[in-house]
Amino acid sequence: MQNSRLCREGSPELELLIEKGVGIMKEEIGILEGRQGQVFEKKSGEAEQLDISCEKTSLSGSVSQRACVFCGSRVVLYPVADALHLVHGPIGCAAYTWDIRGAVSSGPELHRLSFSTDLGEMDVIYGGEKKLYLSLIELIDKYKPKAAFIYSTCIIGLIGDDIDAVCKKVSKETGIPVLPVHSEGFKGTKKDGYKAACTSLMKLVGTGSIEGISPYSINILGEFNLAGEAWIIREYYEKMGIEVVSTMTGDGRVDAVRRAHGATLNVVQCSGSMTTLAKDMEEKYGIPYMRVSYFGIEDMSKSLYDVAKHFSDRPDIMDAAKEIVSKEVAKLYPELQKFKKVLAGKKAAIYVGGAFKTFSLIKALRSIGMSVVLAGSQTGNKDDYERLREMCDEGTIIVDDSNPVELSKFVLEKEADLLIGGVKERPIAYKLGIGFCDHNHERKIPLAGFIGMYNFAKEVYQSVMSPVWQFAPRKGGKI
Amino acid sequence: MLLRHTPKEVIAREGLTINPAKTCQPIGAMYAALGIHGCLPHSHGSQGCCSYHRSTLTRHYKEPVMAATSSFTEGASVFGGQANLLAAIETIFSVYEPDIIAVHSTCLSETIGDDLQQITKKAKDDGKIPEGKYVIYASTPSFVGSHVTGYANMVTGIAEQFAQSTGEKKEQINIIAGWMEPSDMREIKKLSKELGVKIVLFPDTSDVLDAPQTGKHEFYPKGGTTVEELKSIGDSSSSLALGCISAEPAAIALDKKCKVPFETVDMPIGLSATDRFIMSLSKAAGVEVPDEITAERGRLIDVMTDMEQYFYGKKVALFGDPDQIIPLTEFLLDLNMKPIHIVSGTPGQRFEKRMKEILRRIPEANFKNGLNADMFLLHQWMKNEPVDLLIGNTYGKYIARDENVPFLRFGFPILDRIGHSYFPNIGYSGSLRLLEKILNAFMDRQDREALEEKFELVM
Repeated sequence: MQNSRLCREGSPELELLIEKGVGIMKEEIGILEGRQGQVFEKKSGEAEQLDISCEKTSLSGSVSQRACVFCGSRVVLYPVADALHLVHGPIGCAAYTWDIRGAVSSGPELHRLSFSTDLGEMDVIYGGEKKLYLSLIELIDKYKPKAAFIYSTCIIGLIGDDIDAVCKKVSKETGIPVLPVHSEGFKGTKKDGYKAACTSLMKLVGTGSIEGISPYSINILGEFNLAGEAWIIREYYEKMGIEVVSTMTGDGRVDAVRRAHGATLNVVQCSGSMTTLAKDMEEKYGIPYMRVSYFGIEDMSKSLYDVAKHFSDRPDIMDAAKEIVSKEVAKLYPELQKFKKVLAGKKAAIYVGGAFKTFSLIKALRSIGMSVVLAGSQTGNKDDYERLREMCDEGTIIVDDSNPVELSKFVLEKEADLLIGGVKERPIAYKLGIGFCDHNHERKIPLAGFIGMYNFAKEVYQSVMSPVWQFAPRKGGKI
Repeated sequence: MLLRHTPKEVIAREGLTINPAKTCQPIGAMYAALGIHGCLPHSHGSQGCCSYHRSTLTRHYKEPVMAATSSFTEGASVFGGQANLLAAIETIFSVYEPDIIAVHSTCLSETIGDDLQQITKKAKDDGKIPEGKYVIYASTPSFVGSHVTGYANMVTGIAEQFAQSTGEKKEQINIIAGWMEPSDMREIKKLSKELGVKIVLFPDTSDVLDAPQTGKHEFYPKGGTTVEELKSIGDSSSSLALGCISAEPAAIALDKKCKVPFETVDMPIGLSATDRFIMSLSKAAGVEVPDEITAERGRLIDVMTDMEQYFYGKKVALFGDPDQIIPLTEFLLDLNMKPIHIVSGTPGQRFEKRMKEILRRIPEANFKNGLNADMFLLHQWMKNEPVDLLIGNTYGKYIARDENVPFLRFGFPILDRIGHSYFPNIGYSGSLRLLEKILNAFMDRQDREALEEKFELVM
C-alpha cells in the first residue's frame, strides 16, 4: 500500500535540507524508523547522507496528532454562523465536532448545534440519500438558514450516495444554496479537507450583489474569530479606512461570502487552509491576495503595512496604519518588557497545526526573551520547513507530524519550560511538569492583534512562572 | 438563548438527529482498551477517528490518551485495510512497545469488509506479533448501536481472547465493569477489599486515566488489568457483570468459553442498586458484609432521611447511557423525586424493558431511547413540562442555561468540570456524594433566587 502522507513533500524537502547542511537525527530512541525524514536538528557543519525513498509503506500504526479530511472541512466552514451544517454519516463525526471550537459569532448561532443523518446499518446497505433529503427539508423548514453545507463522511464515499444530486434537488425546492462538501475522511489529509471547504465556499462567492463596495476593500481569510480575534483585526483595518467585505470563516455570514468577490484584495492568514480559495478568487475575479499573520508585534504590524502598501494611491491608509501601530506598540512595549525581564532565557517548544503560525510564534517568543528549542507542525510543507530552518537557532529540533513520544523526549532533552500546542499536547506538558499555552482552537482569550500579543505574553508568563511546577518531581518536588 | 430555535411542539422526525445523546462505537472500544495494562488501543480506520476519540477522552480526563491509527488512505479503502493493519502492528510493536494492541474497527473498515479476526491471525502467522505479546480485536461499526455498544464489544473481546481455563478453579470472582469512571473502578476495588473478596476487575482504568503527576509522561501508566489477571478469569469461580448493556455481553462470552457462571446486577448507583451489588458479591464469595460497609450504608440512609423534605416531588430530566440511567432513575425515585423526562441515544430492547419496569412507579414519565432520542427531544419535553433539575453530560449546559434549570453533570463526556475521575458516584459513599450534589443544586438555586425576606440561614 502506497501512502502519500509520509512522502507528500518528503524526499525533495529532505534533500534540500541535506544540501543545506542540516544534520539528521537517527540514533535517538522513540523516533519511528521512516520518521527520520520528518525530524531534523539544526546543526552547523556536517551533513549526513541518507538514502530516502519517497514511496514507502504507509506509516500506519503511528500515534499521530493529526486528523482527517472531514476535520479540515469542518474546521474551516464551522464559523459560518447562519448556515446549516449537516453531517451526513454515522453519529460520531457530528458528535465529536459539536461546538468544540471557540469560533465566536456576533449574531446567529446555528453553527453551534449538531445535526446528523445518524446513519444506521440499513442506511449503509440501502443508501442514505432519502434520509439526507428528508433531513435537509426538515432542517431548512425549521431553521430557515441562509445556506446549507452537507459534509460527506468516510462511509458516504463507499456507499456511493449522490449527495450532489440531493443538494441540487433540495436547493431547487427550498431556494437556498445547498452545498455539498466532499470531505470523506480517508481521501487525504486535513489539508484536502481545507480544499474541499474552499471549493464549497467558492460556489457561494460571486452570487451576491457587489454594488456599493469600496475600491479600498478586503476579505479577511483564514481568521476563525477564536475568542473574538477577527473582530480585533477587522477594527484595525476599518480604522485604516478599508472596507471589510467578508471575514469569511470567522463570525462568517452567508451573504457576506456571496459578496466577497466585490473586494479588491484578499488577506490570508492560516495560509494552509485558505490559500486555495484566495487562488481561485484570483483566477476567477482577478482579486490578488497576500499572506499575513496577526500574531506578535512584528507580524501584526506587517499585516497592516502590507495592506496599506497595496492601496498605495491612498497615502492616508498608510498614515492610519502607522498611527495604529505606533499607538499600540507604545502601549504594549513597556508591558512586554516586564514579562521579558522575568521570562528571559526560558525555553519553549512549539507544536501546532500550521507552520506559518510557528514562524510568528518564534518571533513573538523572542520578543519576550524566550528561545525556541523545538518547532514543529502537523501540516507544514517543504518551503515552510526550509524557512523554519533559517529562522531557528542552532540546536533547535524541527519536526513534521510528530507524536507524543517524540514530543516528550525532545521537551525533556532540551529542557523546555513551555509547550505551545493544542488539546492533545496540553496534558503531556503538564505531566512533564512544564507550562502550556493553547495556541489552537481551545484558546480562551484572543492571541491575535496587539492586545493578543499582550495576552499571549501574560498567558505564557502565568503558566511558566506558576508556583505549581515546584511541586512537580522533575523540578525537585518530592514524590 | 443558544437553543432559541427549539420549538415546543414535538413533531415526528424522519431520521434526523439534532444534538445527539450518544456517539459512535469506537470511542467506547478505545476507553475499554485503556483499562488493560500495557495496552495501546488501535483504531482501524481514517486518521480523524483516532484523533477525535483521543481529543474527547483527553478533554474528559485532562490526561494524555495514547492510541494508534491505521491511517486509511484512498488506496486502503479500495483494496482493503489488511496491509495497513499489518504494517501498523509491526510499527507499533517496534516503536511503542506495548504488551497488547487492542484493535477496533470503524465504519470505514467495516464497510469495506475488513475481517479483524482473519487479519490478526495473519499477523500472528507471519510472525509480526513478538513472543509474549498480544493483538486482540473487536468489531465496532459506528453505524450500529452507540459508544456503549463499542465498549461492550471491546470488553467482550478482552474476555474472549484472553480467558483460559486450566481446569483448576481459582478462589476469585470476576467483576466486569460497565462503562464507569476510574474513580468508580477504584471504589469497586475498595469495597471488594473491605468485603474480603478476591476479585479480578476488568477493564480497570484507575491509575491510567487518573494518573498522578510524576514529572514523566508514562506511555503506559501503572494501572489497568494485567495479562496474567485476564488469563486467569477463565478459572474464576464466577463473574459479576455491572450493567446489562455494557458489561453483561462479556460475562456471557466468558461463560460460553470457560463455563464461568455469572450474575448481572445494575451498576451500583444509589442505595438499592448498591445493596444488590453488595449482596450479590458477598453471596458469591460466601462472606459476611462487614460492619464498616453496613455503617457506610447507614450514613447514606441517614442523609436520605434527614433531607427527604428537599427531594419530595422534584422533577428531573436526565439523559445519558443505559447502565447509569437505570440505577440513577431508581435512586431518584427512592428519594421521592420525579424523573419525568429521560432520553438515551443508545438503542436496545433490554434497556427499554428495564426502564419500563422501573418507571412503573411513575407512569407519567417520558422515556425514549435509540433513534431520534436526542437532546433536542429532551429539550422539547422540558418546554412542555418544566423540571427542577437536569442531569447529564456537559452538553446539557445549553438547555440548563436557556431554561434556567439547575444542572448536575453526570455521564460522558464532561468537558467543563473535573472531579468525575477522582470522586466515585457508585457504592454507598459515591451515592452520598451524588445526593449531596443534587441537594446543592437545589439549595444553591434557592439561595440565589430567594426573595430577601425568604432568604434562609438554616436549611
